Amino acid sequence: ATPDPLITEVQDWASGFGAPVDDAPYGLPIRFESDVVRRNVPWLTADTISSINFTPIHALDGTITPQGCAFERHHSGAIELKKEDYRLMINGLVDTPLVFTYEDLERFPRENHVYFCECAANSGMEWAGAQLNGAQFTHGMIHNMEYSGIPLRTLLEEAGLGAAGDLSDKWVYVEGADASSNGRSIPMEKALDDVLVAFKANGEALRMEHGYPVRLVVPGWEGNMWLKWLRRIEVMDGPVEAREETSKYTDLLADGVARKWTWVMDAKSIITAPSPQMPINHGPGALVITGLAWSGHGRITRVDVSKDGGKTWETARLARESETKALTRFYLDTEWDGSEMLLQSRAIDETGYVQPTKAQLREIRGLNSIYHNNAIQTWHVDSNGEAENVEVS
Amino acid sequence: DGFGLGREALPEEVAAWDVAVRPDGTGLPEGSGDVWTGEEVFTDYCAACHGDFAEGVDNWPQLAGGRNTLTDDRPVKTVGSYWPYLSTVWDYVNRSMPFGAAQTLSADEVYAITAYILYSNDIVGDDFVLSHENFLDVEMPNADGFIVDDRPETEYPLFSTEPCMENCKESVEITMRASILDVTPDEGNEDAAQDEAQDEAAAAPAADETTTAALDAALVAEGENVFRQCRACHQVGDGAKNRVGPMLNGIVGAPVGAVDGFNYSKAMAEAGQNGMVWTEDELKLFLANPREHMKGTKMSFAGLRKDDDLAAMVEYLKSFPAE
Repeated sequence: ATPDPLITEVQDWASGFGAPVDDAPYGLPIRFESDVVRRNVPWLTADTISSINFTPIHALDGTITPQGCAFERHHSGAIELKKEDYRLMINGLVDTPLVFTYEDLERFPRENHVYFCECAANSGMEWAGAQLNGAQFTHGMIHNMEYSGIPLRTLLEEAGLGAAGDLSDKWVYVEGADASSNGRSIPMEKALDDVLVAFKANGEALRMEHGYPVRLVVPGWEGNMWLKWLRRIEVMDGPVEAREETSKYTDLLADGVARKWTWVMDAKSIITAPSPQMPINHGPGALVITGLAWSGHGRITRVDVSKDGGKTWETARLARESETKALTRFYLDTEWDGSEMLLQSRAIDETGYVQPTKAQLREIRGLNSIYHNNAIQTWHVDSNGEAENVEVS
Repeated sequence: DGFGLGREALPEEVAAWDVAVRPDGTGLPEGSGDVWTGEEVFTDYCAACHGDFAEGVDNWPQLAGGRNTLTDDRPVKTVGSYWPYLSTVWDYVNRSMPFGAAQTLSADEVYAITAYILYSNDIVGDDFVLSHENFLDVEMPNADGFIVDDRPETEYPLFSTEPCMENCKESVEITMRASILDVTPDEGNEDAAQDEAQDEAAAAPAADETTTAALDAALVAEGENVFRQCRACHQVGDGAKNRVGPMLNGIVGAPVGAVDGFNYSKAMAEAGQNGMVWTEDELKLFLANPREHMKGTKMSFAGLRKDDDLAAMVEYLKSFPAE
C-alpha cells in the first residue's frame, strides 16, 4: 500500500501557526461545515417575513440544537427588542396587575430544563405523499435546547390568583410584542404545571429569531404556543379563540370537521442518517444508523428500527436515559451488506403510545390535517448508499 | 407574600395592551363601519396581498369563497368557509394588519374592513353596517365545524398496543417516491454560484466607478436593513420582477409610474404623465408618508418616520441602477 502523505509529509498546520485567540470573539463553526445551516422551502410561503425554515437535523448529533441553526418561524419578521425596552405585563383575573422589567425577571428563582420545540406543521407537507428529500425538510421544524427561566406559576402567584377563584376552568392568554401580535390561550392547569418564561437557551441569551430577550416555553406542546418576545399574560375565564388557534393550528378531518386545541405533540421519531442528505459513502461493513425521538407526553422509553419497511424490527440503543419532553438520540450499530434497505424508526413513550404509520393516521384523519403528522417515515437506501424519501405499502 | 418584584400596572397601560377581542364580544370598542367604506379601506390597505375581492394574490391568504370545500382534495379555508368566530377577524385585523403597518387602523376602519370581508363572503348584503351593537348577530357559516381534540379517545387506545417485531407484513412495495415531484430545494449550489459571481464582480474593474464611488457603503447597508419592511411587496436587484409592488431597479431618477408591466393606481399613473420624477427628495417625501404625499396610491405602507432611515433607503435604492 502507498503511505498516506497526510501522515508521512509535514503539513502546514503541523508546522505554522493557527488562528490566535480573539480571532473570533464569538465564534462560528469552522468553514468546512458551512453546509450545515437552516434552509427554507421557498414555495411554502409568500414571503420570508412570514415563513419558516428548517433545522439541519441530518447533520447534527447528540440532542442539543445550537441556537444558530435552530429553525425559525416568524409571522411578521424577527424584531430587535432590547432588554431596556422590554416589559412584561400580567393582568386580567389577578389580585394585582403587574409590570415587570427584564431586570425584575432576573430576580425570581429560576430553573433549567431541556425541552424540544416542534412546529405543529412539522412533516405537514408529507400528508398527501412523499414530497421532500431530506430529514431537514421533512422533520426539521424542531429544536431542542436547555432553557433557563422562571416557572410561569411563580409569576402568576406574584400577581395573585385569588381573584381568579376556581382555577379549574380558567385560562391564560399569552401575547408577543411583535407586529403579528401572535396570541394563544393556554388552560390554567398547563400554565401552572411546567410552562417557563425563559431568557436563556443553551447557556446564552436567546437569539433574536427565538424571541430575545424573553420567550415562553410550553413543554411538549406545539411550537406556535411558545410565544416569542412575550409581552403580556392575561388570566381569563375562557379562551380568546385568536387567529392562530382557529384559522390556523386546527386540524381539518376528512369529514370537513376540524379538531381544535390539539396542543400536545404525540410521540415521533426520524432516522437522521442515513437519509437523503446523508448517503452512505463508505460501502458495506460497519454502519451507524441514528436518529431522534421525542414525545410531548413525557419520556421516550424505546425506539425500534426496521431495515425492511416494517416487516421486522430491532430495538435501537438510546444514547442516554431520556428526559421528559426532550429529544432522545438513538443508535443502531449494525452491519450493512450493501443491499437495498427501507429504513424506518418507531418511537414508544412512557404512556405506552407507539408512533403510528401514515396509513393509520390517514384512516382516522384523512389527508388535509396539515398539522400533527407524527407518522413513521421511510427512507429507501439503494445499493450505492443513496437515500430517498418514499412511502411503502 | 411573593417576592415584591414588579410594579402595579396602570389602567392606561392595561388599556393600551389589553385589546384582544373574544367570541362573546369582550374587548370590542364602540364604533361601526359599512360595507362600502370597507371596500375602500380594503382596497387601500389589504388588496395588495389579499386581492380586490379578498380572493388572495400569489401565496397570500384568500379571505373569501371556498364554501363547501372542506371535504375536497384541496379545501379552501377562508373567513366564510372556515373561521368559526367573527371576533377573530376583528381582533386579527385590529392587532396584526395591515401587514407591515400593524395597529394603525381606527376602530371604525376595522369594523368597515370586517363588514367588507363578510360581504365578500356573501354573509351580509351590500347595505350592511357592522357595529359593536350588532356584532354578535352575525352568524358564521362554519361556527359548528370544530370539535375539541379527541385524540385521547379516537387515537391513543389504537396506538397503544404492543408493537409487532417480526413477520409484521407479508410484502413491502414502494408506493410513492419524493424524487418524482422534485420539489426539494437545491443544496446550496445557487449560493455558491452567487458567491462566485460576486467574487468575479469584485475582481473586475467597475465600468461605472464614478457611480459606485458616490455611494456611501455603510448607508447602503443600513438601507438594506430598512428595506426588509418593503420586501413583502417589492423586489430589487438581479432578476427583480414586479410583484405586489413594482420592481425597483433604477427607480431613483426614473419617471413616476413608469415601470413596465406594473398596474399603477390612477394617482400614480397621472403623476407620471404630468412629468413627476422620483428625485431623491421626492422619494423621501413619498416614503415618509405615502398616502399623504400621493393621495390614492395603492401602496399600503405607513411610512418611514426617521430621516436616517429615509436617507439609508434612498442610498440603498441608488445602488441598483436600471439594467
